[in-house]
Amino acid sequence: MNSIKATKGLLALSQQDDLMDLTSNYPLSASEDEGDSDGERKHQKLLEAIGSLSGKNRWKLPERSEAGLKVSEFNVSSEGSGEKLALSDLLGPLKPSSSLAAVKKQLSRVKSKKTLELPLHKREVEQIHREVAFSKTSQTLSKWDSVVQKNREAEQLVFPLEKEPSSFAPMEHVFREWKARTPLEQEVFNLLHKNKQPVTDPLLTPVEKASLKAMSLEEAKIRRAELQRARALQSYYEARARRMKKIKSKKYHKIVKKGKAKKALKDFEQLRKVDPDAALEELEKMEKARMMERMSLKHQNSGKWAKSKAIMAKYDLEARQAMQEQLAKNKELTQKLQVVSESEEEGGADEEEALVPDIVNEVQKTADGPNPWMLRSCSRDAKENEIQADSEQLPESAAHEFPENEENDKPVAEEDELLKELEKRRSLRKRSELNQAAEPLGNQETKDSTSQEVLSELRALSKKLSKENHLSKKQKKSPAKAVDLVWEEEPAPEEDEPLLLQRPERMRTLEELEELGKEDSLPNKERPRPSVEGEQVRRNPQNHSKGKNKKEQMISLQNLLTTRTPSVTSLALPTTVEELEDEGARDQKQMIKEAFAGDDVIKEFLKEKREAIQANKPKAVDLTLPGWGEWGGMNLKPSARKRRRFLIKAPEGPPRKDKNLPNVIISEKRNIHAAAHQVRVLPYPFTHHQQFERTIQNPIGSTWNTQRAFQKLTAPKVVTKPGHIIKPITAEDVDCRSSPRSDVPVMQSNPKQHSKHQKQRKKSSIG
Amino acid sequence: METAPKPGRGVPPKRDKPQAKRKKPRRYWEEETTPAAVATSPGPPRKKARTGESRPPRSKSAHIAQKSRFSKKPPISKTAPDWKKPQRTLSGAQDPFPGPVPAPLEEARKFCRIDKSKTLPHSKPKTQSKLEKAEAQEEEASVRAARAELLLAEEPGFLVGEDGEDTAKILQTDIVEAVDIASAAKHFDLNLRQFGPYRLNYSRTGRHLALGGRRGHVAALDWVTKKLMCEINVMEAVRDIHFLHSEALLAVAQNRWLYIYDNQGIELHCIRRCDRVTRLEFLPFHFLLATTSETGFLTYLDVSVGKIVTALNVRAGRLSVMAQNPYNAVIHLGHSNGTVSLWSPAVKEPLAKILCHRGGVRAVAVDSTGTYMATSGLDHQLKIFDLRGTFQPLSSRTLPQGAGHLAFSQRGLLVAGMGDVVNIWAGQGKASPPSLEQPYLTHRLSGHVHGLQFCPFEDVLGVGHSGGFTSMLVPGAAEPNFDGLENNPYRSRKQRQEWEVKALLEKVPAELICLNPRALAEVDVVTLEQQKKERIERLGYDPDAKAAFQPKAKQKGRSSTASLVKRKKKVMDQEHRDKVRQSLEQQQQKKKQDMAMPPGARPSALDRFVRRAREGGLQVDP
Repeated sequence: MNSIKATKGLLALSQQDDLMDLTSNYPLSASEDEGDSDGERKHQKLLEAIGSLSGKNRWKLPERSEAGLKVSEFNVSSEGSGEKLALSDLLGPLKPSSSLAAVKKQLSRVKSKKTLELPLHKREVEQIHREVAFSKTSQTLSKWDSVVQKNREAEQLVFPLEKEPSSFAPMEHVFREWKARTPLEQEVFNLLHKNKQPVTDPLLTPVEKASLKAMSLEEAKIRRAELQRARALQSYYEARARRMKKIKSKKYHKIVKKGKAKKALKDFEQLRKVDPDAALEELEKMEKARMMERMSLKHQNSGKWAKSKAIMAKYDLEARQAMQEQLAKNKELTQKLQVVSESEEEGGADEEEALVPDIVNEVQKTADGPNPWMLRSCSRDAKENEIQADSEQLPESAAHEFPENEENDKPVAEEDELLKELEKRRSLRKRSELNQAAEPLGNQETKDSTSQEVLSELRALSKKLSKENHLSKKQKKSPAKAVDLVWEEEPAPEEDEPLLLQRPERMRTLEELEELGKEDSLPNKERPRPSVEGEQVRRNPQNHSKGKNKKEQMISLQNLLTTRTPSVTSLALPTTVEELEDEGARDQKQMIKEAFAGDDVIKEFLKEKREAIQANKPKAVDLTLPGWGEWGGMNLKPSARKRRRFLIKAPEGPPRKDKNLPNVIISEKRNIHAAAHQVRVLPYPFTHHQQFERTIQNPIGSTWNTQRAFQKLTAPKVVTKPGHIIKPITAEDVDCRSSPRSDVPVMQSNPKQHSKHQKQRKKSSIG
Repeated sequence: METAPKPGRGVPPKRDKPQAKRKKPRRYWEEETTPAAVATSPGPPRKKARTGESRPPRSKSAHIAQKSRFSKKPPISKTAPDWKKPQRTLSGAQDPFPGPVPAPLEEARKFCRIDKSKTLPHSKPKTQSKLEKAEAQEEEASVRAARAELLLAEEPGFLVGEDGEDTAKILQTDIVEAVDIASAAKHFDLNLRQFGPYRLNYSRTGRHLALGGRRGHVAALDWVTKKLMCEINVMEAVRDIHFLHSEALLAVAQNRWLYIYDNQGIELHCIRRCDRVTRLEFLPFHFLLATTSETGFLTYLDVSVGKIVTALNVRAGRLSVMAQNPYNAVIHLGHSNGTVSLWSPAVKEPLAKILCHRGGVRAVAVDSTGTYMATSGLDHQLKIFDLRGTFQPLSSRTLPQGAGHLAFSQRGLLVAGMGDVVNIWAGQGKASPPSLEQPYLTHRLSGHVHGLQFCPFEDVLGVGHSGGFTSMLVPGAAEPNFDGLENNPYRSRKQRQEWEVKALLEKVPAELICLNPRALAEVDVVTLEQQKKERIERLGYDPDAKAAFQPKAKQKGRSSTASLVKRKKKVMDQEHRDKVRQSLEQQQQKKKQDMAMPPGARPSALDRFVRRAREGGLQVDP
């Protein structure tokens, strides 16, 4: 950097030289102009002379002052082309010849020559060198800054600083050259040799060696890194799981459910091939799901959600699609029944068992229609269903909260199963009651019809009954959700009709809901009013209490001033009466003393205090001189104005310690003898005496401190080892220590260099 | 020392440990020695430094260095702990009590000395680091001291009455029956009816007792073993008697002059400059014997060099009431005009005067911690004052007869002698003043009280009366843990001699006695400022003051003289503006304060209008 800047300075100087060259060129051009004018004059004179030599009068053509188009020898202008002659023009036509080569070379040299630069002044050069050297030196010395600061701040320095590495060598290595010489030693060695005992004692036992070699530093580091990585991964996984657990999006949960359903199907197919027993278990689960669907008719679009969607289906395609999906689910679950029935039809013995539940279900439905009393019972069932639905909503929310944790799903599923069992029991009870009433109808039908005809007729009846049921059922809510298998199919057109029929009923229900909302809002309005009144009531006593507080404060001050009477209570202690007469006399004396002393004592004390205050008060200085500016003499006093002017008032001192203590007089005199033992100079880093006083507060002696604390407080600043040389610090030690901070000192030194360079530029500009 | 929770039950025998205990850092907070120790805090280290204290630390550091050498381990074994640490974490085993034992904060506060409530002015980082270092040292030292408190083996006991029972009704005979034989032997009566009434004094170790009869009887004895050291009759009236720094020397205030005897009864000195002495007090850390006389002089005699330091004319008539404040060695004198004055040998005027009673003051006593002062007067009042700067009465009591003698025990119990009855009051808490509502113990004597003192390190109260001497048992009166290097009741003659030498070396000069013993830890601000002024006058300028503003040179003609002057003036005007703003703010604050002061301070007839105006304002708002 320094060299570059120096070169820049040199370049600046060179530029100045260029300027000088330009200035020097001007006089040359002036001389050239003068030469041209002289030539022209001579030419004219020459022509005149030639003309006069012949003596004959020639016919001269008149000179034209106008611009002429003709170009001829006679129309040559005196101004010329204005171009300058250059050496190259003169040298061009010359033919290469041996005699002229030397001349040509000399001319080319003259052309290429340029003016040289002025060298820098010696003083400036030296200054530049000094600045560069200083910056380098300061940079190298800045390595030691951290070391010096550390040593200054250290509580204790132990020299020598570098401790020699303590390495132990076994005794045998030190005494390698030692050999047995004396007869006793020889005998001992012979014995050891015979018994094959080891001559050298191993320092470390095999256990110790193993422990030393068990794990090296690098291995320990690697292991620690692996554990750290594992911990980090675990924390990432936990964080992700926690985040997923909090997802509230319904769409997300729908997608997850569908995914799970698909997975279940795939697994089922695989299980068929691999493990038939597990597949059977899965089948049972699916059948249970179908049964639940038939019992609850969850996807029959009869719940609250379905009703709301039905209203919107007229205008919203998405709602319509959702409705269709639900119906499709219903078909899937019910359709599986046919498949099973087809397989069972082949087996003759099982036909009767399959027919029985269908007949029972249909009979129930038929019974509902014509009998008006059964409708009431149905309404009761609907209410119970609503209650169950409300109770089941809670577990549903729980399921939503923990959809991903498999462990949490199991207890939720168990709860659902329990609820389902309860519902089954209730439904069974109802069925038993209905069966008793419906027995004669069922019996008659069974007797009359044959098997095939009965099946076809029952199917037709079921269709009709389903339509009637839809009309009759006003409100039904779907109970707990079951695991649904998604088999998409096209919906039938017949089912659209009941939606249209159900619309006006739902409208009515919504209107009722709105009315209920209105009714609910009325009490809500009334509620805030009493709260507002309560607040007003609360504010009022606060105001009263504030006033009372103020009054109390005033009273308390007065009370404090007035309450000076001590509590008078006497101890009931018997005392022996020695002589009544003497005691009587003494009592009289005491009474007299008390009476007189009371008044005198207080007055005298107050007077004494006043005098003490006046004595310590700084006094004003009066510099008035009678006679100056006025008449002087006997009985003549200086004017008040003059006295006021020359009266120097002393500033008030700090308040006395006993200002607010009427029964105390504290002396304000300074103890000169004690002051002689006090500190009167502040040490270096302290700027205020309070700072220094705080550091002195701690006693150091063993009278107030434990022995250990005393030793620590009185430890010497520098500890040296007697008889050992203290070597100075070497650069290698500093490099090792301060290597991470190498950048800092460089930055610190830069601004100084910048300022110096600025000075350099200024000086160069002045030069 | 005795622990008698209830009189009716048998008490386990007391454990006396004759072994001398090591020096412990409890003098600062110890009730008996704390004030004197604090007063001498800056003194000893300086003297120690002068007497060649530099040698021991070197040897200590050398030992430390040597130990560190032996404890060094080979570098190979250093890897072992690194290997063990991850193993422990992997195994899951953990130390149930990690780190050092936690020290109780409440006890550590007892040893803290830096007052951190004060805010220090802004300081540079170097100064800040020094302050932080000092605070860290103080904290560490206090924690160590708090932990060392575990070594205090003995605990004080006290009497607790059953429900509804009054401890004042417990008799000495009941206490004697309840305690063990060794403690019971400490209650005794000496019937000396011929030469009474008696003044008494216990030595600082509490082992020796001196008796001085009015009619010239002087005796010194080891009261525990009842071994008589000497007994003489000086054939002159004896006003007061007091041991000097050890039991080997005895000061007796006789009718005309002050006499010094040794423990064998041999007269050593007759000090004629102290004539008609009425009371004696010995300042142990200063080796000063303070005497008051009928002529109204307070004289300080330096016992170590045998010179009278100063004789102060109190100008208050006859002096017969005197007490010493152990915290700061200030002498309290009671006067007939109801005031108590505080005196120091370095000042000719009293340090403070306190108006305590309407009648004359009859007795004065000061607590061992220097916090409370008890006074009784002819107006039958017994009052307790707070000596921590305010000198205000904390509690007062009217007695059927004015108490003629008062004394405080090491742990703050107050005893008052009234005629032939002795009443003792105890404090409710550890460091609270004695409550004067209900006496703790009461005892009737066979004569009128003439001298009272609690025995140090023993729950014993000595009473000198016209019938002789009585030693009473007062449970919980004394400090059970003594400093073996300071006041060892079981020390031998050799130990006493060594202690005497050290005490003389650590003697505190008389000039340092003042109200605030911590004044030596403060900087002499007056001298500091004076020196500063002198330096300014000598140099002609103030080197510490802020340098005057020097405008920076600018180019292109912008550093002309006129512009420089203009810029300087601008800066000065700005500074002046700031000062004016500050002064205005201060004035506003003062006005606000003045507005608040008048109604409380000066009630006048016009207050009614002020209140009405305020009320009117309040009514208008809503």
